[in-house]
Amino acid sequence: MYQNMEDMLRLSKEQQIPLYQLILENEMKLTDKSEEEVWKQLSMRFEVMKDSASKALTKEGKTVGNLISGITKKHYDYTLKDETVCGTFINSVMARALSCSEVNASMGKICAAPTAGSCGIIPAVLITLQEEKSLSERKILEGLMISSGIGAVIMKNATVSGAEGGCQAECGVAAAMAAAAVVYLSGGTDEMVMDSVAFSLMNCMGLVCDPVAGLVQVPCAQRNASQAINGLLSADLALGGMKSVIPPDQVVDAMYKVGKMLPLSLRETAMGGIANTTQGKKITKEIFGD
Amino acid sequence: MEISILNVLGPVMIGPSSSHTAGAAKLSLTARSLLTKPFTHVSFGLYGSFAKTYKGHGTDIALVAGALGIKENDERLKRAFLIAKEQGVTYDFYELDLENTHENTVVITFTYTDGEKMEVVGSSIGGGEILIRKIQGFETELTMNSSTLLIRHLDRVGIISEITKVLADEGINIGVMTLNRKARGEEACCTIETDSYLTKNVVAELKKLGDITSVQAVNVE
Repeated sequence: MYQNMEDMLRLSKEQQIPLYQLILENEMKLTDKSEEEVWKQLSMRFEVMKDSASKALTKEGKTVGNLISGITKKHYDYTLKDETVCGTFINSVMARALSCSEVNASMGKICAAPTAGSCGIIPAVLITLQEEKSLSERKILEGLMISSGIGAVIMKNATVSGAEGGCQAECGVAAAMAAAAVVYLSGGTDEMVMDSVAFSLMNCMGLVCDPVAGLVQVPCAQRNASQAINGLLSADLALGGMKSVIPPDQVVDAMYKVGKMLPLSLRETAMGGIANTTQGKKITKEIFGD
Repeated sequence: MEISILNVLGPVMIGPSSSHTAGAAKLSLTARSLLTKPFTHVSFGLYGSFAKTYKGHGTDIALVAGALGIKENDERLKRAFLIAKEQGVTYDFYELDLENTHENTVVITFTYTDGEKMEVVGSSIGGGEILIRKIQGFETELTMNSSTLLIRHLDRVGIISEITKVLADEGINIGVMTLNRKARGEEACCTIETDSYLTKNVVAELKKLGDITSVQAVNVE
């Protein structure tokens, strides 16, 4: 039985099983599901992710107030032109993250990962990596198992709710979960997996939740794009051999404490940050009246 | 680790908000499952954050969808207003002032074709999870995460032991049970959350008991 990342590392070593196997066995024990059923459930979720990550690339979604309608298609068209600063890979990841956000805001079907507001990060990273490195479906699902196992530990020891911990707890945790899968899928060690989680959370510590008009659109869509890249670069930092000076579990703890310290106005109440700008307030008034 | 990875990656839902959209659909879908007759109209009294932001999060659309039997992960959800029109179902929304209740609370009132009403009060408590607080004036605390029995009966000595005996004989384990009555010797309501699928046979056996007004079973996949 594990409660944190340190336990996970120790148990998978002791039992000489891969990290994903440890998480799988815990899930089977916890939910009484067969191994086949757990893989099936993950695969079903990945299918939903693939749909939501591609839907808005070519077709504009209709969102309340039209704050992000069409941003995905525009970015995808730019990506295809091959004149980008960060390259096709990075921009494809961002386009897919935007797609999930736009689909979510236009009442389309998504898989919360770990929340609806942060639903674009894990799909964008995993689908683009799968395409880039020709990874098998099974390998991707193993990565997804590691992502969600890490997510569960963070949910247990901290929070993934924007109302409780700010955006760092939603999009930041999604970035950490994505990084963990990327390190595994790139052949990194289990220690590297955990270090990438620490880096992802460090890189966005304190990020506030400040949605304009309380809608899951701005700056949520942009944060999905940028935190997807945070996950990727954090994976590379770990894969390159950089060790986290602070143990990953302590970084999770710090993220939770910072979240608790955030004033209410910066925790999903639409009373601070971007939401509380002159324009932000004007948009709110236009959509909801006074 | 006591948190399921399927709760981390999930729910699969129609956006944009697990509490304002998915939870709302689940609330009215649950209320619908307690109907005993066809209905023509449904009213939604909105409180707190539901009342303030329902338009932006599609809470209104999700509530109507649930009332029509459309689940929170069904892509038809978005077209609920249109589907209601096709089915000849009407609906309305109003703002409510309630005291000491959760931010996202809704009072759902169905009007049957014969004019009779059925009222359910529930809250969306986050991550798509819900809590049913009141059914037809009887207080409850149902999460609808497991199969649930709703039994209306007369308040008298021994009736609960008769009910639990039927369940024991059918091999059904009781998880959570609540009991409420209007007054001594009058109408009472018993809700039972179980670990098993509730068959038609169980419902039939319970209905055979004396002083039972109604038995309803809501199964959860």
